[in-house]
Amino acid sequence: MSESTDADDPLVRKWQQITVISPYSRELGLQLHAVQPDWCVIRAPYDPRTIGNPETGVVHGGVITALLDSCYGLAIFVRMTKLRPMATLDLRIDYLKPATPGRDILGGAFCYKLGHELAFVRGAAYHDSPDDPIATSSAIFMFTGGPVISLDEAVHLLEAMKP
Amino acid sequence: MNLTELIRSARATRDWEPLIDLVPYARFLNLRLDIKGDQFTACMPFDRKLIGNPALPALHGGAIGGFIECAGMFYLLWHMESADLPKTINFNFEYLRSGRPEDTYANVFMVKQGQRVAHLRVEAWQSSPDKPIATGHGNFMLKAASSAKENS
Repeated sequence: MSESTDADDPLVRKWQQITVISPYSRELGLQLHAVQPDWCVIRAPYDPRTIGNPETGVVHGGVITALLDSCYGLAIFVRMTKLRPMATLDLRIDYLKPATPGRDILGGAFCYKLGHELAFVRGAAYHDSPDDPIATSSAIFMFTGGPVISLDEAVHLLEAMKP
Repeated sequence: MNLTELIRSARATRDWEPLIDLVPYARFLNLRLDIKGDQFTACMPFDRKLIGNPALPALHGGAIGGFIECAGMFYLLWHMESADLPKTINFNFEYLRSGRPEDTYANVFMVKQGQRVAHLRVEAWQSSPDKPIATGHGNFMLKAASSAKENS
């Protein structure tokens, strides 16, 4: 499976700007890792500030929830090739094994049903392969009011907002 | 003082700050605990870094979810006798209202306490506990099967 991870790829650069549109994503240092119609991957760098268990150094599950929530938004936008205002309605997450301390965590997501009102997504958090997951998850997003804009329009808006 | 001693000390003195200080993620969220009698309330004070949608603005779903899970863990540390950190098995978050840029509170309810697993319901709210912005249902592993058998 080829993954487009080239940071010089203009499309990847644009989606990276969308990935860090939220202050919380920037705070966690999330970086776009790969973008494909059927699998979008975001990297969460290991951060000692987000350790949940001080005896083991394992990061708190809240980081994985935030990572997957961000991946889901991206996967829906990538499937639409547009941005549309939406909100998380429901998100479930199963923790299969602890993340390895010191290692970055990848979150991958796929939008498997795109409706008029709702989008259904599933994903996983892992180090090396989604086949050996730290957590598996699914979620439902609801589109809210507001304009639908293209990726290019969104990137232009973001650049205009820069100080 | 190690983690186990800190947990026992927090229960005895009702001062949870040293334990929160020891858990980086709780400090990252600036978690506060307000425990009066048997009433347990957690607070995640508003911070700009918690914003997910800057246009509204609204809190990030992952920040709310992380706060709910963290509140659940501290509730168990307060409520249980074990000095082990409970492990989250799974969580289901329902997002009911947009999280406004203000302080968020969480009330935690023990739905079922078993030997090995506790099932919690956590309600996150801002203006009023009657209007939750999100709820979370989660299972926590309290101890490994082997030590549960030893104690049964």
